[in-house]
Amino acid sequence: MRAKLGTATAERISKSRTQELRLSAVSGEGQEPLAPALDRLIHERMRLGIVSALAVNPSLTFNELKALLRTTDGNLSVHARKLEEAAYINCTKMFDGRLPKTKYRLTAAGRRAFERYLDHMESLIRAAREK
Amino acid sequence: MAPAEPARSPRPVLVPLEDRAADNLRFIRETMERAGSFTAVPGWGGAAIGFTALAAAAISSHQPTAARGIFVWLAEAALAMVLAVLTVAQKAHAARVPLFSGPGRKFALGFAPPMLVGALLTAALYRDGDLRLLPGMWLLLYGTAVVSGGSFSVRVVPMMGVCFIALGAAALISPASWGNGYMMAGFGGLQIFFGLVIARKYGG
Repeated sequence: MRAKLGTATAERISKSRTQELRLSAVSGEGQEPLAPALDRLIHERMRLGIVSALAVNPSLTFNELKALLRTTDGNLSVHARKLEEAAYINCTKMFDGRLPKTKYRLTAAGRRAFERYLDHMESLIRAAREK
Repeated sequence: MAPAEPARSPRPVLVPLEDRAADNLRFIRETMERAGSFTAVPGWGGAAIGFTALAAAAISSHQPTAARGIFVWLAEAALAMVLAVLTVAQKAHAARVPLFSGPGRKFALGFAPPMLVGALLTAALYRDGDLRLLPGMWLLLYGTAVVSGGSFSVRVVPMMGVCFIALGAAALISPASWGNGYMMAGFGGLQIFFGLVIARKYGG
């Protein structure tokens, strides 16, 4: 009886350990990754908002993004620059009459990174459901 | 006096990983839905509908009776509906969002009731032979539908609805013979103008 209980506990611990490994892998924290690491660049809320908005629009201006994400000029430009440096978005500066205008577009690399991030989040939820 | 206790930072709340992931996905969906309002209303489609309305106004003005003129506009309404559905679907496809995702669904839910009321009132007024109110009423109800559907969209969409309402109000207090001219100005002129603005600024 004791042996049976011991086996059951060992199985439970082993299952739990596998689950932990799977969760840590998808969250990018584990040593033995079962899935690619979490893209920290997109994971930040403001940058996630920028990429999500650009995923459903061919392009958005700085002011449109600012209104949509309800943020400040400084905050938006800092996060947009980080995405630009990673080549996830590209930025075009132009003049609309006499007014300067900044337009952002999602690059192919940015779209791929966004899709990978979505897969990552979905795999986290799936892994937890299988628990 | 007792010394003040040092302020303690609140203990961090542990959120399960899957809840955080679900929250992130929710945030993404909501942002995409809100951002989608930039693309839900088709500008080029609206301008095309405006051009068909100009043609309808020209054909309607050559009809021998008011009733036949009204039939021309009803045929135009059917054509505009088909064009609208096709161009909304095309724009949603180009932006890679489902046709009835958040903004599309919200627009349809706001737009449909005034249009349905318009159809019922048209049938009632036609039955009673009172056709002189139709141009003003159509402009008013179309404007109401656009304001109501476009209240979740970019500002230019409800603004277009308000212009239709103003034109409809003017048509109601003007002589009945000006009705076709108001229809041409609204469904033709306003539709083309705002269609081009939307197409240029909000992704086609």
